[in-house]
Amino acid sequence: MTRTERLAEETGGLLPFSPESRLPYSPGMEASDAELIAAVLRGDAASFEPLVQKYSPRIFATARRYARRESEVEDIVQEIWLKAYSKLASFRGDAPFDHWLMRLAVRTCYDFLRGHQRNREATFTDLSEPEDDWLERFAAAPETTSENADAAKQLIERVLKQLSPPARMVITLLEIEDRSVKEIAKLTGWSVALVKVRAFRARAEMRKVLARMTKDKYL
Amino acid sequence: MNLDELQKKLLTAARANPPGEQVPYAFEKRISALLKSRPVEDPLSLWARALWRAAAPCAAIMLLLGVWSFIGSSQNTPSATDSFEDQFVDTMLVLDQTEETL
Repeated sequence: MTRTERLAEETGGLLPFSPESRLPYSPGMEASDAELIAAVLRGDAASFEPLVQKYSPRIFATARRYARRESEVEDIVQEIWLKAYSKLASFRGDAPFDHWLMRLAVRTCYDFLRGHQRNREATFTDLSEPEDDWLERFAAAPETTSENADAAKQLIERVLKQLSPPARMVITLLEIEDRSVKEIAKLTGWSVALVKVRAFRARAEMRKVLARMTKDKYL
Repeated sequence: MNLDELQKKLLTAARANPPGEQVPYAFEKRISALLKSRPVEDPLSLWARALWRAAAPCAAIMLLLGVWSFIGSSQNTPSATDSFEDQFVDTMLVLDQTEETL
């Protein structure tokens, strides 16, 4: 018996939550997020599982932007879901559930960055051979160097790891995920003005890191 | 080296390689098991815990105030108490007179 079928049975064939869901249940119909959330809030913890199943891929992708090791990623995602469960009563339902969840996810990732900022790498002296080669090729001919190379991906990961938590968060959301300042403000809970200030500082910080990287390499 | 161009290239590389969305096997089961194993928080127990934590500092403050008032009262000489009483009465009378004149 599926989750929705069980819900329907419990409620006498009616899905009990929003007015539009007060329709006779037909087998095969998927329970909506609102229905599942209402069931969780009534104490049915098992209704949380389909939500975890549905949104975990996005949450994992988000967490992988900020943590490299898979064990850390899993810890972050686990924390996000536990927080989501305990704070579910604060979800008012006036916006989609995934928006609320993403805010929680981004804030948890930010907390993770702040908790791990001591682990930031100090130098670029240990660049791998492909990374070195890529930088050399770039120094020789910037226009023709491919940005699709694995070395470029590894380099940007190194650079991001050197940034402060707010700088990394802003660069990731603004420059890599291409989100607007307003969206970032909503996700992080910062004001629009603060996002702009942090974006300005983050770009400067990133440039400093790049300057240090090239200096370490060529001096 | 052209740092602007380097920054642009590296950000393009990051954009071109979004992280994977793969989820570990039965991850949702793990979350469910964690939720089930978590103790249910009773609001009364939260209050009781907070009050117990507050009890020790409150007792310490009470003790300090008791010691302070005891030492203060033993140091007060009768003449000093009298003068304080006189001063208090004078102050009250001045206030009374001020109100009358107003």
